[in-house]
Amino acid sequence: MNVAVLQFPASNCDQDAVHAIRRLGHSARFVWHKEHSLGDADAVIIPGGFSYGDYLRCGAIARFSPVMQAVRQFADNGGLVLGVCNGFQVLTEAGLLPGALVRNRDLQFHCEHVFLKTLNRDTPFTRRIPSDRPLRIPIAHGEGCYFADPETLERLQKNNQVLWQYCDASGNVTDAANPNGSLLNIAGICNETRNVAGLMPHPERACEAALGSSDGNFIFESMIEALQNKAVARAA
Amino acid sequence: MTEPAITPELVEKHNLTPEEFAHIREILGRDPTYTELGIFSVMWSEHCSYKNTRPLLKTFPTKSPKILVGAGEENAGIIDIGDGLAIAFKIESHNHPSAVEPFQGAATGVGGIIRDIFTMGARPICALNSLRFGPITENDGNSGAGSPAVPSPGLKQANLPGAGNAGQLPSSDEQESGNARASAVANNRRLFAGVVSGIAHYGNCFGIPTIGGEVYFDKSYEGNPLVNAFCLGVLRHEQIARGKAQGIGNPVFYVGPATGRDGLAGAAFASQDLTEESAEQQRGAVQVGDPFMEKLVCEACLELLATGAVAGIQDMGAAGLTCSTCETAARAGTGIEIDLDKVPQRAPNMSSYEIMLSESQERMLIIVHKGREEEVKRIFDKWDLPWAEIGVVTDTGRMVVRHKGKVVADIPAKKIADESPVYHREAREPDYLKTTRAFRLDEIPDTGDPLGDLKKLLEWPTIASKNWVYRQYDHMVRNGSVVCPGSDAAVIRIKADSLPDVAADGAPPKSVPEKLIALSVDCNAAYVYLDPFEGGKIAVAEAARNLACTGAVPLGVTDNLNFGNPFKPELFWQLKESVRGLAEACRVFNTPVTGGNCSLYNQSPAGPIDPTPTVAMVGLIEKPEHVTTQWFKDEGDAILLLGDAIDTGDPLQGLGGSAYLQMVHSRKTGTPPRCDLEKEKELHLALRALIHSGAVKSAHDCSEGGLAVALAECCMSQQTARETHRLIGATVDLSEVLKAAGEKARLDALLFGESQGRILITTSAVNAGKVLAQAKLLGINARRVGTVGGSSLQLKAGECTFAGDLRELHDLWWNAIARAMTR
Repeated sequence: MNVAVLQFPASNCDQDAVHAIRRLGHSARFVWHKEHSLGDADAVIIPGGFSYGDYLRCGAIARFSPVMQAVRQFADNGGLVLGVCNGFQVLTEAGLLPGALVRNRDLQFHCEHVFLKTLNRDTPFTRRIPSDRPLRIPIAHGEGCYFADPETLERLQKNNQVLWQYCDASGNVTDAANPNGSLLNIAGICNETRNVAGLMPHPERACEAALGSSDGNFIFESMIEALQNKAVARAA
Repeated sequence: MTEPAITPELVEKHNLTPEEFAHIREILGRDPTYTELGIFSVMWSEHCSYKNTRPLLKTFPTKSPKILVGAGEENAGIIDIGDGLAIAFKIESHNHPSAVEPFQGAATGVGGIIRDIFTMGARPICALNSLRFGPITENDGNSGAGSPAVPSPGLKQANLPGAGNAGQLPSSDEQESGNARASAVANNRRLFAGVVSGIAHYGNCFGIPTIGGEVYFDKSYEGNPLVNAFCLGVLRHEQIARGKAQGIGNPVFYVGPATGRDGLAGAAFASQDLTEESAEQQRGAVQVGDPFMEKLVCEACLELLATGAVAGIQDMGAAGLTCSTCETAARAGTGIEIDLDKVPQRAPNMSSYEIMLSESQERMLIIVHKGREEEVKRIFDKWDLPWAEIGVVTDTGRMVVRHKGKVVADIPAKKIADESPVYHREAREPDYLKTTRAFRLDEIPDTGDPLGDLKKLLEWPTIASKNWVYRQYDHMVRNGSVVCPGSDAAVIRIKADSLPDVAADGAPPKSVPEKLIALSVDCNAAYVYLDPFEGGKIAVAEAARNLACTGAVPLGVTDNLNFGNPFKPELFWQLKESVRGLAEACRVFNTPVTGGNCSLYNQSPAGPIDPTPTVAMVGLIEKPEHVTTQWFKDEGDAILLLGDAIDTGDPLQGLGGSAYLQMVHSRKTGTPPRCDLEKEKELHLALRALIHSGAVKSAHDCSEGGLAVALAECCMSQQTARETHRLIGATVDLSEVLKAAGEKARLDALLFGESQGRILITTSAVNAGKVLAQAKLLGINARRVGTVGGSSLQLKAGECTFAGDLRELHDLWWNAIARAMTR
């Protein structure tokens, strides 16, 4: 797999995303925000950080960058796009994912590990995630409260687009497990066609035992497997 | 625009003495211009010149074969960590700006120290901070300077059976002082919340993990909080950059955002007492930070450094353009000429005085090899950052500043940078020590409710968990945080992508062996207040002990001396004695001081702060398997105490200056515990040897709150995830220890005394005997005191027994600060 990791001014989890992908034996390279092409990328990761200083609104300026026009085209053609944290915010601002991410309900930045319940294992981002336990992955954000109107929420649920919910260690979706006030405890979603996903937690920070968890790898491994299957299907 | 005439009043307003002014006239051979007066004023402020502290700083050990850049040479010291790699680190204060505007004051403190690190050519990879505020709860036991017992309303009475004050209205006097107290506490909370969110704002956006630190609450910091920010960066030996204006004829570039009127003369502001008016008047002296800009400037500078086009680089920190131009010229022995008309300006009609003294943030001065100007332009254009060629390096040795076609300053660079005045201030032992030294243990009864006292200590904000603070800091970004906040010391991993790029062509980084760096920042200022020499020693010893507990060998120290007005002999004595203690301890632990910062004049109208020489120590962990954390691991493990349970040679048995005396008895008094440095060093060596043998499963030192608090922390400090804590009990029997300490030994001293040189470790039950034997061989007093397991902390010491429910203890300890802040 060849992953393009976008670099906006003040992206700051870009290196971590590359680190996580390379650890799994795949290649990853940075793509500067002023570029108009993604080259030969098989997948795109929009990393965390404070793109363009997050001035105006998180992700609001990044959506206008040249590279995002290329990402939109890539997604329209069925390419896999994963947005993490600020990347999730960029995807909602760009209209590639529904809803919005607003200030955490206690108005404070939260950096801590959370548990995630995976609701739909039939997507390119979740197929390798084990079903017997929640994932343990860190969050680090000040504006991660997922918000959408009731119709959108209903549609997301009906189409099984809610991929991850904040839960406790036993997998129960509780208010205490919700770090930011997200509606329905939503931590991550995908689009209707299942090729664009975003989540607030940082899977790239949970990519090796030395960092306390390697649960994030399940998400990257899912993407790798999906791409391999697609390649096999194309060859056949 | 006409400049004001140079009058004695104007000179005084610039905090220059008549003698200093005479020296300026002698250097220049004439009266200074208004701009020159401003330049001398900031360059000769304590913040930039260390004029009152230099003779003391010279007594620090600063040499070791591992030091690549030593104290005072550059913006930060650099230490070799092997395999061609090195670390640059430094701590710096932003106390006064934070008192006036906590959010921006603290944020720009973080920004400034990060710039000091990447100026050295290093990539900043982690940050720490050391913070101090007035009490955030109204029933805080400590009541300030050498105080006699002052009953603290809520707690003490509420604990006396039948003496609850329900229904009793306070008299009108009490009510009034109660209101004043409430408003002071509310202000302390405001400052605390503002500082923490300012640090979070800047560090999180920049993308640096704030991986550790310390927070204390004490009355002496009311109105004058302390904000000390630390940053560490990593680089290859050949990547060290210098703040030198080298190469006659080389162009001088200004990069980063435009200069505005913000932060005018902040360095001079930092070198005065804080008064009530100053807070209002000086708001304009506080800079406004933009972490987004800093991130871009850092990336662009590291990219430019990789090209080899840079001859010298210096950040514009305190005293902005003034300090960066004359220091770079002075270091290189050259001259520098700049034209202020070329400096990007944010505000119209700025005078030369304002441009030279502005402390607008995130700006850098870069001296470029002649002929390579295009590379600067290309890289800074790529990052959409402003740049301007503003001058040239000359051979005149003079710093010449032009504005609107006129020379507004012409000063010998070396003289202003190196010939700042030096003062040997008078030192006199303060009187309060007579009272505090006279304290005897028979003035207080032994504890009648050990579990109750333990609970009080656990929820005392100074001891309570700091999760409310560090949860707001991104402490994991950059994938290097191996031990996060909440253990004795933080551990950060250095890997290939931690380093600055070697070449600007985007080639993948060469592989480098991974390194583990442990960091801790420490200072118990109550000890320093009660005995500056011993307190200084303990600050270093505790930092070294914290590193040893994580399995690290200490490498070096950066210190932040936070003290009161040096013109007051009693306060200067505190400074002098603490420095003597720090220096002696640094020599013993073989940790040279690589630099740091002095912040004097820390006093509010109510009086000076407790003397606070903050020590940040950095160490190296040899192998990943040596990384050790403080929490208990498995049921059935043996709990061992290394060191003497009570220092029986200390008449106060370790209770002098203790958290217990402050919190439970409302007294900050006594002689603090003694620190035997040689013994302490032996203990750390032994602990590391035990860790290297693979037998140690956890290690935690005993500090504030003593053995009982340390045990409780071992039982409950592991957090797996949000709202998910691993609580693991212990059964501890200290009866033997108590008996061995002699018949005079007190229960409160055993449980809550703070005798130095004690570490709790655990090992699997089968290894316990072997570890005890090995410890004895290494000359360390070691004893098995209990076993891990269960859901409570069960403790026995002679007649005393109690069982603390861990869920209850954890709730008190974990949520105390959040409760105080949402009250």
